[in-house]
Amino acid sequence: MKEEKKMEKVKEERVTYSLPIGPQHPMYVEAENLNVYLDGETIVDVDINVGYLHRGIEELMQRRNYLQNIYLSERICGICSGIHSMTYCQCIENLLDVNIPERAKYIRTMVLELERLHSHFLFLGVVGYEIGMDTAFMYAWKDREFSMDMLEQVSGNRVNYAMPTVGGVRRDVPNHIIPSMLKKLNHLEKRTEYYRKVFLRDRTIIARTRGLGILPKKDVERFSIVGPVARASGLKIDVRRDTPYLKYDDLDWKVIVEKAEDSQSRVMVKVLEIFQSIKILRQCLKKLPSLDREIKTKVPLVIPKAEAIAITEAPRGELVYYAMSNGTDRPERMRIRTPSFVNIIYSLPIILKEQQLADLPAIVASIDPCFSCTDRMTLIDTKSGEKKTVDETYLKKLGERRLK
Amino acid sequence: MVFRRFGERIVCYARRKSPWVLHLDTGGCNGCAIETFAVLTPRYDIERFGGLSKANPRHSDVLIISGAVTKKIESRLGRIYDQTPEPKVVLAVGSCAISKGVFHDSYNISGPLDRIMPVDVYVPGCPPKPEAILQGLIKALDVWREKYRI
Repeated sequence: MKEEKKMEKVKEERVTYSLPIGPQHPMYVEAENLNVYLDGETIVDVDINVGYLHRGIEELMQRRNYLQNIYLSERICGICSGIHSMTYCQCIENLLDVNIPERAKYIRTMVLELERLHSHFLFLGVVGYEIGMDTAFMYAWKDREFSMDMLEQVSGNRVNYAMPTVGGVRRDVPNHIIPSMLKKLNHLEKRTEYYRKVFLRDRTIIARTRGLGILPKKDVERFSIVGPVARASGLKIDVRRDTPYLKYDDLDWKVIVEKAEDSQSRVMVKVLEIFQSIKILRQCLKKLPSLDREIKTKVPLVIPKAEAIAITEAPRGELVYYAMSNGTDRPERMRIRTPSFVNIIYSLPIILKEQQLADLPAIVASIDPCFSCTDRMTLIDTKSGEKKTVDETYLKKLGERRLK
Repeated sequence: MVFRRFGERIVCYARRKSPWVLHLDTGGCNGCAIETFAVLTPRYDIERFGGLSKANPRHSDVLIISGAVTKKIESRLGRIYDQTPEPKVVLAVGSCAISKGVFHDSYNISGPLDRIMPVDVYVPGCPPKPEAILQGLIKALDVWREKYRI
């Protein structure tokens, strides 16, 4: 507390100007508000004001049945839509304690890796755009269309694939699309090799990313930052390796770790992860024709009282779903912990400290912010004006009250 | 035909040939936002029709708005609409903006969009494909021509 007050004083003395960025700003497509405190052009502190995109999905989930919730969870985020619905299905399968067919597991793994591909290409484009290098943006998004084509081939949709269902997947992957997918993967691999060179050697990119936005390893551990952002600071964590789900323990791939802790290493982690995704996809495509055709097991949709959890690795880090059932066809409580939430809220103030204002967009882009899954609710007592963020113990109490 | 001075008519004609686009996400899942972004990129290429993405409402002619409107962003949305100079068209992109979509019974949604501002073109889909958004934009230009008799 003392330290906090001291910091406040230091902040007040130094700050000469405070600059609001957003909610509508060229820096990012989504509506969010950053309040940047400046000393001249140096950033002293940042306040993050989220909540513009809060849609109350956790509460909506309690009002819908288990099947309807698949499509609601898909619409938490348009970029990670596949992983959200798949983790949801996995969580409900854990509630029911059922196993899904082998072919369904391979198809799910495939869709997840395709999604990682398109998300990482999107990220490369956005970094290029924020640096001011529009060519990189156009190139990366042009190549991203190939991964979107593959998703469309597999699922019929570009963004919300609606592939998984509780107990398997909804559509099979026919054998005749495999050669054309392999061809596209070859093309993407060639292009990624090019991006690796560009993001490692290009002078413009080095000037705007190398040595900027340092996120020390000890802060990563302190704030439990997850995913590629943590891996770029030298922490070897990946849910796919630590607690394998689907087929990841049978496939041959490795966790990418960079040690430089700066913006460039965060970009490089993602570039190198694209190679790993392509490797995983090739193995899946090779394995698919030899598998049994069954893609779905039948499951009951009224679930007795139980609790379950599912953890997966989204393109941006660890994603956790918690479900509590109460004997009806609707969940009693769903809780979702998304990777962007920790990555944005905790790492932004650290990596932006003492940086130049002009570097802000590039540094913010380097942690790959995605706000649509981040927005949380703060309860404000309208009579006393008291603010209260909903925490674990409060939710436990609420849950206990409802179970009685 | 509305009487206009010659210079003004030339400006209007030029504007129709180069619509500047502002995109705003008002609380959707980001799906429509990335598809709208994809419209700017080489595969679809909005610049074939003279379009250019501008983030400043004071510079833009076409507002592409996606997402079910949340309570927090509602007032901002009104301000952005007022800031856009007059010959303007509004595109509602995606099911959320048109009818609140899957979030229809949420406590924090105050949309749909046409309850907050007049909408000229609706592009349905969850999310609509980039081709659909492009066609919506072309339709918007026709609406514009009719509305302002350029």
